[in-house]
Amino acid sequence: MAQAQMQVSDEVAIQITAMNKWYGTFHVLRDINMTVNRGERIVICGPSGSGKSTLIRCINRLEEHQQGQIIVDGTELTSDIKNIDKVRSEVGMVFQHFNLFPHLTILENLTLAPIWVRKTPKREAEETAMYFLEKVKIPEQAMKYPGQLSGGQQQRVAIARSLCMKPRIMLFDEPTSALDPEMIKEVLDTMIALAEEGMTMICVTHEMGFAQAVANRVIFMDQGQIVEQNAPKEFFNNPQSDRTKLFLSQILGH
Amino acid sequence: MALSYVRSEMLPQQKPPVTETGVLKWVRENLFSSAFNTVLTLLGLYAVYWLVTAAYPWLHNGVWTASSLGECRDIIAKNGGTTGACWALINARWNQFLFGFYNQDAYWRPLMAFGMLFVALAPVLYFGLRRPTTLMAGIASVLLVLSLWGVSTDTWHVMLVVCIMAGLTAIAWVAPKKLVYFTAIYPLVGFFLVWGGSVWGPIGVFVGFCLAVAVLMQLQGRIGVIPAAALSVLVACLWWFWVQPLVTTALANALPIGLVDVDSSKFGGFLLSFVIGVTAISGSLPIGILLALGRRSDMFLIKTLSVGFIEFVRGVPLITMLFTASLLLQYFLPPRTNFDLILRVIILVTLFASAYIAEVIRGGLAALPRGQSEAAGALGMDYWQEQRLIIMPQALKIAIPGIVSSFIGLFKDTTLVALVGLADPLQGITKIVRADIAWKGIYWEPFIFVGAIFFVFCFGMSRYSMYLENKLKTDHR
Amino acid sequence: MAIATEVPKASFRLGMLVYDTRYRSITIQVIVLALFIAFVWWLLGNVQSNLAAKGKDISYDFLFNRAGYDIDQQLIPYTNDSTHGRALFVGLLNTLLVASLGCVVATFIGVFAGVLRLSKNWLVGRLMTVYIEVFRNVPLLLWIVLASTIFSEAMPEVKEFKVTQEMIDTGTPPAASMILFDTVSVSNRGTNIPKPYLDRPLGGTMIAGVPINYSTLAVLLTLFASLWLNARIRASAKAIQEATGVRPVTWWKSIAIVFVPTIALLLALGLHWDIPHFNTDANGVSKGFNFVGGINVAHSFTALLIALSVYHGTYIAEAVRSGILAISRGQTEAAYALGLRPNRTMSLVILPQALRVIIPPLISQFLNLTKNTTLGMAISYLDLKGTLGGITLNQTGRELECMLLMMLIYLILSLLISLGMNIYNNSTKLKER
Repeated sequence: MAQAQMQVSDEVAIQITAMNKWYGTFHVLRDINMTVNRGERIVICGPSGSGKSTLIRCINRLEEHQQGQIIVDGTELTSDIKNIDKVRSEVGMVFQHFNLFPHLTILENLTLAPIWVRKTPKREAEETAMYFLEKVKIPEQAMKYPGQLSGGQQQRVAIARSLCMKPRIMLFDEPTSALDPEMIKEVLDTMIALAEEGMTMICVTHEMGFAQAVANRVIFMDQGQIVEQNAPKEFFNNPQSDRTKLFLSQILGH
Repeated sequence: MALSYVRSEMLPQQKPPVTETGVLKWVRENLFSSAFNTVLTLLGLYAVYWLVTAAYPWLHNGVWTASSLGECRDIIAKNGGTTGACWALINARWNQFLFGFYNQDAYWRPLMAFGMLFVALAPVLYFGLRRPTTLMAGIASVLLVLSLWGVSTDTWHVMLVVCIMAGLTAIAWVAPKKLVYFTAIYPLVGFFLVWGGSVWGPIGVFVGFCLAVAVLMQLQGRIGVIPAAALSVLVACLWWFWVQPLVTTALANALPIGLVDVDSSKFGGFLLSFVIGVTAISGSLPIGILLALGRRSDMFLIKTLSVGFIEFVRGVPLITMLFTASLLLQYFLPPRTNFDLILRVIILVTLFASAYIAEVIRGGLAALPRGQSEAAGALGMDYWQEQRLIIMPQALKIAIPGIVSSFIGLFKDTTLVALVGLADPLQGITKIVRADIAWKGIYWEPFIFVGAIFFVFCFGMSRYSMYLENKLKTDHR
Repeated sequence: MAIATEVPKASFRLGMLVYDTRYRSITIQVIVLALFIAFVWWLLGNVQSNLAAKGKDISYDFLFNRAGYDIDQQLIPYTNDSTHGRALFVGLLNTLLVASLGCVVATFIGVFAGVLRLSKNWLVGRLMTVYIEVFRNVPLLLWIVLASTIFSEAMPEVKEFKVTQEMIDTGTPPAASMILFDTVSVSNRGTNIPKPYLDRPLGGTMIAGVPINYSTLAVLLTLFASLWLNARIRASAKAIQEATGVRPVTWWKSIAIVFVPTIALLLALGLHWDIPHFNTDANGVSKGFNFVGGINVAHSFTALLIALSVYHGTYIAEAVRSGILAISRGQTEAAYALGLRPNRTMSLVILPQALRVIIPPLISQFLNLTKNTTLGMAISYLDLKGTLGGITLNQTGRELECMLLMMLIYLILSLLISLGMNIYNNSTKLKER
């Protein structure tokens, strides 16, 4: 992998300042401060229940935060619907369970949002869709329904679906956790290819190989807080916090 | 070594033993597998035997032409039978069972509306697929013309109907998806055909809808869907209540085009059942969807109102709703408004059905995983786009069996309108027919006839829903 | 860690009413509320002006006036001198009677048909399918009217039951005979069934116009006490099983406890049956025009009960069938693999799960059945709809009051039934994550 290719610019893509979130009385996210530059690839890891999914779901406001500030691409996420719409059409998201629309063909899944949200002409949307399907290497499945595809293929379709909206930032919420082991690689390859093109990515995952290969930065979260962040090499070889050490020993210690 | 073994040639497939095949096996397994099963089989055989011996002579000796029950009995006795069905009653009162007291020379109108109904349904039922849509339109047209000939319509009207239906079938072939526009205006066409009157009334109503749609289209981008919808409804109401009466009266005086007015007190028989059933079915689905969405809304007030309406309607019997239509509505409407009993009944039956539909759809909505609406949100869709494009298509699909069985229930319940004095085929017409001195004492035949027609439609609907369920399921896997 | 700083609140703009998620829902709700209030206001205004135009007011005083009509089936004393309120009550009891009996019979039919439809016997399965499809695809009203018509037209007249001198002389039996060992007669005027009769009744009293019969009360109390004892026996058997691993045999104890005390009490009270019959003279020739003794059950009741039961029985059958089918084959196989025998598998594994699936649709059928008792109106069964919503309404002309009261009563009945269902659902909900 040519690390040098992946340029990180100084431009700020996401700025999170002193963000707090509660579920009822439960304090899920505590004082999150985080800056993501354009072109940066960040892997967030941590034990389950540590708030990592909640954090990235806040970035396109699938979850509401109660305190602090999230600025995505210069737009602050408030309860203003116009801002939310703007951010959501700039930020793509890939879910653990794919969440493809089972009643639509793959092609329709890909063209739906461009046609209705971006108001793209249908033909153009279909061309874009086919382009991205080629990119994730399954153009021949365009006319099938999601239920007819394997998990790995579905996840690749889900990635292509997000890309069709031409997002500037991509969020991945445990994209490989629901996959059979032999399918993980094909999805990771797709993500790596995406990273090589310079996409800004935030990825919640436990695939440490992926983190070492493409991430600029690894963030470790526990109990709703950012415990440690570092470049992958440093993070894995020389963890500072005890919690991080424990976590790494648990997931790597077979 | 004893442990090592290699098969050198593969075994060919062999036939199973004789005891495992053939009729004997089937009989043994399905009818006489145990002592208890044998007893059940014998009891079942006896029941079949009893039914056949009771019904066969009766059906076999059936008489199709006679002018009274007495004459029927004479004919049966002459043929040497002891019992026999007197279908002559159906033959004699056929028109009344179908149309009630509708103007005899205007039978072509409800028939045409009925035939067009299938043309209007075709693009919806078959998703605009060319072949089945055209097939359905064609079959409906042919049957319609045949039945027009059956009720001896004059040639002129038959020609008219042939032209119109041929046109519609042609559209179905050339542009099956465009036929949806016909579906959209069908309610007004149907109303005009069945009720008659000036053509300007339905057109005026149609213009109102056009106005509403135009306002919605113009404004929803600017001020959001809900305010735009509210405004469009307001504009349409303004048109319907204040402007339209003036315009249509003026036009009707200037250009008196229309059909003979048929008073709805003349409606009866299956015509009445279909008018009420079809209108209520098509009206209850959209209202039901809105109620279901309202019930799942996180806005407290909207949720409370929806829940209150749904639970109230589901808690009272349909009859009380019908009596509300016939007795109470006059108290709730402005003084001196007095509109058609059938329309009042239709409105309340629609509201009644929509509460049940809402519950069925709510079940469908609940069965959808949360991820669907999250994915739609992450792609930047707003609430209404999400509901229309992602949620509803799936929820409705899940709810199909429930929706169809609600429709079946609704169609069966149209017979209850007899209790508020309308001439439905079952109670209304059958009672009138049985009160005729010539047919006094007959009861099996009219009930079997009416029951059979209901059975055909209800059973057909439930089978269609099974077909649909299977067809849509294969799409998934 | 850094201190969370509060974002400065943006000043309020009018556009936020539409575009801000915090205010948007409030805006919408305020609009809806305003529309709703306007609508209700409009309705009430109309009611007021309509009532004024007709010179009427809203008053429930008529409930205390003389009704002046007869009800042929009365579970509590009622004459045409009683009040409309009492007529309402009699009607309500009639509704409850036919609804509760209907639920019981329909459940029997439904369980029977549903299980048989699943049986491996091809013929019986098909017959049940035919029964279910035919009855549920034809309007209930047809079954009600047909049943009633058959009763009134095809059943023999009362006089055909009579024995004349001529018959005795020639040795011919009367044209019609009673059924079920000569205890029940079905004529075109109704069904006469035996009436339980006590030689030594315990007396009774009236509470708020409702007769309370001490004998019935005593029998019911005894029965409940026996059932309670039976439950205790089973509980102790279970305790013994849990302690020692062996379940003591209890079936004979159960039978004895449930039946013996009640039967003994009935015998002590001198129970015998008053069987419908004709008065006869010394030769055995029937006298009089109608049966004496027993209870005359009106055909409107019987027809309604039969039609409701067979119609709703089909729905219950389908609920039972799908409930049993819903329990996956895997459950049976797992139980077999653990060494449970088929009957234990049924009672310990399949039924508890199937019931959880069956009961909710079953109760909603009970609800539908209860609401459909109003169809008895078509054959003049005087239930709540027939009395309050029928004759009382027509006589007093108080449509608004009668209809609203009637809807309220049906609503309460329905809510009670759904309450029962919800309690059941909550108590059996599978504990899942």
